Amino acid sequence: MSIEIKNLTKNFGDTCALDDVTLSFGENKIFGLLGNNGAGKSTLLGIVTDRLYPTSGTVEVDGENVTNNDTALSKVFLVAEQNMFPEDMSVKKAFNTAQLFYPDFDRAYAEKLSAKFGLNTKKKIKALSTGYSSIFRLILGLSVNTPYLLFDEPVLGLDAQHRDMFYRLLMEKYAEKPCTIIVSTHLIAEAAELIEHTVIIRDGRIIRDCPSSDLTANVYSVSGPGMLVDAYLSDKHVLTVNTLGGLKTACVEGGTAALPEGLVLSRVNLQDYFISLMEEEDRK
Amino acid sequence: MTFQDERPIFLQLAEQLEAGILSGAYPEESRVPSITEYSVTYKINPATALKGINLLVDSGLLYKKRGLGMFVAEGAKEKLKAARREKFYADYVETLVREARNLGLGASELAEMIKRGFEDVD
Repeated sequence: MSIEIKNLTKNFGDTCALDDVTLSFGENKIFGLLGNNGAGKSTLLGIVTDRLYPTSGTVEVDGENVTNNDTALSKVFLVAEQNMFPEDMSVKKAFNTAQLFYPDFDRAYAEKLSAKFGLNTKKKIKALSTGYSSIFRLILGLSVNTPYLLFDEPVLGLDAQHRDMFYRLLMEKYAEKPCTIIVSTHLIAEAAELIEHTVIIRDGRIIRDCPSSDLTANVYSVSGPGMLVDAYLSDKHVLTVNTLGGLKTACVEGGTAALPEGLVLSRVNLQDYFISLMEEEDRK
Repeated sequence: MTFQDERPIFLQLAEQLEAGILSGAYPEESRVPSITEYSVTYKINPATALKGINLLVDSGLLYKKRGLGMFVAEGAKEKLKAARREKFYADYVETLVREARNLGLGASELAEMIKRGFEDVD
């Protein structure tokens, strides 16, 4: 049971948004799809849910190609920035409609969450503020109960309290009824500890695809007097170097050698690693 | 509790659980929070919470009651205290003695100082 993406390429005119992407999203895991703006995250999720057509390559859900395939598509729900319902529809009505398309949609739970977030379900979708428009879509996502749940930048426009609520609810949902979750985000620090497996996409290409704990296991930051750091770095894979007066700090990927006296070692979190990796790619 | 330092979350979670057992927040034979509770409260992946809890299971501090959850083992507090004392010796006493030697302090002088410490520190 998985989503299998094979050799997926998507061109928009001269622009290559996805370049030969092959990925597997396995059962009941939480995946993080990380990348800067324009990296191809939304395009990828759009193709997975058949909202966009690939230039070449395939997407299969549990072994079935998703293109024009309602059976395969009914297993996948995407919470994206765009609203999928007519603007004139009320939230209540939209819940009714969702129930028709997704038989496992939990209406009572959606109502409960609406009350919790303070979403007025009598309001028309177009009358919702940016934040509540996001909340409306998140509630749909948390209530549909599809085996695959995709979130494209889920917390945009949400205040800190609502973001916190969303992450907790997502964990509650996942713990009670495990499913495959893909969260695409550039707000990495907030989501870092939720993500079991990390995929990093850059300029339409996958540059990292591994368990989150492995990703930064071999990454560390070393700092100390400039000359000492330089000598230490000579045979290492260095992602970034920062200098502050005489103090030099470098982000290094690869095994740790015995550290010379005078240097300090520390771990690097997912967000700092991501930034260092992007800076390294920028220089290429 | 918030996770702020750079050490892996599962280690911090395990330490927090140990501290809870030592302080009596989680008495012996009582249930500790579930994977789900940890996962929701701290917004961490359940696999991470499981990894932290398993550290305590492996060292015999927690045990599983089928269908009921994780419980603090009998004797867990004493076991932890013993481990902490060993760690205290390694972390503090050995360092203390080393620094005492550097400063030319002998065993009896150091003992005197420790005695003074017990009088001075509240």
